[in-house]
Amino acid sequence: AVVSTQSTGVSVRSVSSRYRGEVGDIVVGRITEVQQKKWKVDCGSRLDCQLQLSSVYLPGNVLRRKNLNDELMMREYFSEGDLICAEVAEVGNLDGMLKIHMRTHEKYGKLPEGLLIKVPSVLIKRSKLHFHRLPCNATVILGSNGFVWVGPHFIPEQPIEAISMTLRETIARLGNVIRALAAYGVQLFDTIILTGYDISLKYKVKELLKPEVMEHIAQESYEHSQHQTL
Amino acid sequence: QVKEWTVDAAAAYDIISSGINAEYGGLRCDGRRPQEMRKLKSELGVSEGPDGSAIVEQGYTKVLVSVFGPHECVNRNLRDHEKAIIRCSYNLASFGSGVRKKKMVSDKKSTEVGVMIQNTFEAAVMLDKFPKSQIDIYVQVLQGDGGERCVAINATTLALINAGIPMKDYVCACAATVYQDSVLLDINHLEESSRGPLFMLAVMPRTESIVQLQLDHRLHNDHLDKVVKETIQGCRNIQVLLDRQVKEWTVEAAAAYDIKPRV
Repeated sequence: AVVSTQSTGVSVRSVSSRYRGEVGDIVVGRITEVQQKKWKVDCGSRLDCQLQLSSVYLPGNVLRRKNLNDELMMREYFSEGDLICAEVAEVGNLDGMLKIHMRTHEKYGKLPEGLLIKVPSVLIKRSKLHFHRLPCNATVILGSNGFVWVGPHFIPEQPIEAISMTLRETIARLGNVIRALAAYGVQLFDTIILTGYDISLKYKVKELLKPEVMEHIAQESYEHSQHQTL
Repeated sequence: QVKEWTVDAAAAYDIISSGINAEYGGLRCDGRRPQEMRKLKSELGVSEGPDGSAIVEQGYTKVLVSVFGPHECVNRNLRDHEKAIIRCSYNLASFGSGVRKKKMVSDKKSTEVGVMIQNTFEAAVMLDKFPKSQIDIYVQVLQGDGGERCVAINATTLALINAGIPMKDYVCACAATVYQDSVLLDINHLEESSRGPLFMLAVMPRTESIVQLQLDHRLHNDHLDKVVKETIQGCRNIQVLLDRQVKEWTVEAAAAYDIKPRV
């Protein structure tokens, strides 16, 4: 446990624990249950998050009062197993249960086909941007809960075109780079992922899973990012 | 030809008694003195999948424990709105003992040990911090050479610490038997096979409060105080070693994640 002293007293935190959640965090989660007027979402925290029907945009970018018909159609919007991206609205006082919502239409919503990688939540730096459209034609969403989604560029609600072979390779490569960085405890943000991606280009995608290669990528990316900050 | 593992109780008693005779300098069958404990090795964070994991080895007994949680309690009937629930599953690997164990889905003895470990940690873990959640403990005995339950409890303590689950204190367990008025601590499989009493204690060392007590066979009342005192001392010895391991791991993990205290 790590002990830190504050003005009011002493706080004890454990070194490793589940994601706790703060208001304003962007999280990626998987729908586990469809209940009356709300969905239950697994965000890797101590309790499943709640996504209320009233805080969701309907197809067509409409935010209106939901009626009985909408309630019955809940499964059409999000059903069990879907991946969604949302923002934390509230943290429960008594039990720490998170309430998430989708505030704007452009960024939040159901995520299309892609890759989900779970990393320790401490590795995701809190920054202004969590949603990164990378120049290599892929999008990376760094959920504060440690769930990282890699996939094609997309606009919510609009269908995406078939993903080409080269794009699949890019997504897989980015995924392996993120795994390598996470395995060596490197903090994740867009520039370091891109650095790692460039370093990884000399290897084949499947070679990136070898421990020596992972170590090399993590080390070089970290050194490179230190140089840049200096 | 497979060497005989399960020893007849009488034969085991003879082996133990032959060891502690003065001829052998008062040593036990494996060369230990009566209150000497087996060598303890431990490691935290051995698996990446679970929230917490640990391996503890005491002599030749090796136990791996994985902890998942706290997470959403999936079973509505078991969900408690005031605190978390603990579910424990105890399993002896088929290669874990001298004779290969046939795979059985739910062994009565294993279920019993699972419930015992669950009860032990319900007393030690601060469950009221996580209402409506569930903590899963998976105990896998990789090598069983006596005292598996004790090593399981010690490994579970470390795995829970690795998972970051707050506890009131360490829970350390130790088993003992009595032979000719002397207490033997941390007994191995051979000593367990004899007819002597098998006394297991799980203790929270700082307050010396007993969390779990198990007794097999019969223990004479005259020996009770002595056995309890020695076993608690054994648990304290274990706590020192576990604490050392936890501190080592904490320093490494904090450095890896670059955690600096905020003042």
